[in-house]
Amino acid sequence: MVARTAPPSTTDLVRQAIQGRRFGWGDVAFPAALLLALLFALLFLATLLVDIFIKAWDALAGRGWSVVTNPLSLNADTAGLWQSIMGSLALAAVVAALAFPIGIGAAIYLEEYAPDNRFTRFINTNIRNLAGVPSIVYGILGFTIFVRFVRAVGAGGGVGGKNLLAGGLTLAALVLPIVIITTAEALRAVPVSIREAGFGVGATRWEVIRHHVVPYAAPGILTGTVLTLARAFGETAPLLLVGAATGFFSVGSAGLLGKATGPYTALPVTIFSWARQPGAEFRSLTAAAIVVLLAVLLTANAAAIILRNRFERKW
Amino acid sequence: MNDQANPDATASPEAQATAPGERLAGRGRPAASLVYSNARRAEAGEPESLIFDVQGLKAFYGSFQAVADTTMAIREHEITALIGPSGCGKTTVLRCFNRMNDLIEGARVEGTIRYHGIDIYGDKVDPVEVRRRIGMVFQKPNPFPKSVFDNIAFGPRIAGYKGNMNDLVQESLTRAALWDEVKDKLRESAYALSGGQQQRLCIARAIATSPDVLLMDEPCSSLDPIATLRIEELMIQLTRDYSIVIVTHNMQQAARVSDRTAFFTVDVKETGMRTGRLVEFDTTEVIFTNPRQKQTEDYITGRFG
Repeated sequence: MVARTAPPSTTDLVRQAIQGRRFGWGDVAFPAALLLALLFALLFLATLLVDIFIKAWDALAGRGWSVVTNPLSLNADTAGLWQSIMGSLALAAVVAALAFPIGIGAAIYLEEYAPDNRFTRFINTNIRNLAGVPSIVYGILGFTIFVRFVRAVGAGGGVGGKNLLAGGLTLAALVLPIVIITTAEALRAVPVSIREAGFGVGATRWEVIRHHVVPYAAPGILTGTVLTLARAFGETAPLLLVGAATGFFSVGSAGLLGKATGPYTALPVTIFSWARQPGAEFRSLTAAAIVVLLAVLLTANAAAIILRNRFERKW
Repeated sequence: MNDQANPDATASPEAQATAPGERLAGRGRPAASLVYSNARRAEAGEPESLIFDVQGLKAFYGSFQAVADTTMAIREHEITALIGPSGCGKTTVLRCFNRMNDLIEGARVEGTIRYHGIDIYGDKVDPVEVRRRIGMVFQKPNPFPKSVFDNIAFGPRIAGYKGNMNDLVQESLTRAALWDEVKDKLRESAYALSGGQQQRLCIARAIATSPDVLLMDEPCSSLDPIATLRIEELMIQLTRDYSIVIVTHNMQQAARVSDRTAFFTVDVKETGMRTGRLVEFDTTEVIFTNPRQKQTEDYITGRFG
């Protein structure tokens, strides 16, 4: 006869079942690999920033604000970014004036009015494709179309159409698909139930869009447009093809029309041309210009985040 | 065809006159609505008045038929409940009454819905004008993300209301039994209100444009029993001025508040297409105590659905 041991109590069985974890390498290795990937990306960014700031230190500490406020020059001791910053701001203004109304309008049409058929789906797909087209392609478009267009309408100035207007048109075409996509997403985020509420009290489509959909989507549209503007602000390649490379933005010397139709430059283009100058002073100045550009872009992104957090709506 | 679905064939004026006193829910609903409309009309020698006369209505979404041949009549100052299992097309039918389905891509209807004798799907009809007269309250409270005041004022404003907006807002909120709770919060966001308050706000918004019909799509499904009770009491009060069509999953609710009930079911074809069909339409009393169709009885007693 076998001696009967007392059966294990329920508590003991449960303890065995839920206590003590099996060790699995996957639980450790996988998150570790992911963390490593993240650190790697951050490392590149940090290296870049540290390197830029170290190089920029000579110019920024030695020259102070004159790096920003002085005009462009080939003399490294006095050269500043004034025209470049003004040129970039003017380009941004042209982009905002052209791309925002057209892009937001196109998005409202596509989302609110256009029927959902093969044609509109084709258009939607291609707007997404356009957003991914390399920017140099837009430069060629600007060179072949906008430069000639600006010249044809008599706004070519002394540079045969390779001016701020052509540059602004090119950048506007570049960001237009992005404006459409971000606006369409913001409009889509307004729930159907809100539209139905509007229609339910006897509003027309126009009234629902005007009083409800667009106002409620406005924070999202605004965030998208600020980010779009930052993208246009940082573009270099297309501008090289439409006249910004060698030009100087003539601050103060000409009226508004003269500035718009004359030679111009922009911040990233200046960085490109300074980087090709010989000498340690220009190397430091280039780094300083990059710091200025990064400061502008980070400010724009921060503004977008603040706008989003401030007005974001939970449905 | 749908003889049992046609109330004119089953409900004689005498049956009508006795109906209001014998409501299924003993909650003391003022039996005003039918007395006001049909009994009083009968005294005056007028025929009963139909709000909607639905003849052979079929509803489609693209190639999918959502509702089969439906014929029914909705009377003035009554609450008509549409009940049935999920997917039986009751919401689709409701949304046909104010052309809300027009907003859905590919949706179309066949047959006619006459509203006071005029086919609302007729050529010259402006759906915006239809919706102005036939208000809607949705399943989920959907106030605009604006102030309480602006929620109410939007409809009248776009309709070109010229009177005193403050008075209209107060009146609408009072009739929706919400005024006392929000009178000090008129400028605050409607999103700050509780779910039940939001739904009553939506009702106030719907009645602010003075429609003569209210369509309600499961208006209490996201509310707790107390809020549900308030909305039901409100609906009963509103029948003095409005006619109400309500879709509900809650059979007790249909029994409590409605004068007439339409029972829909869903037929599944071999192709897998699920089409809703009106099985029986009669006074709520008949539907819940003595239905003519086996399917209705099975559903009411919980054997199906």
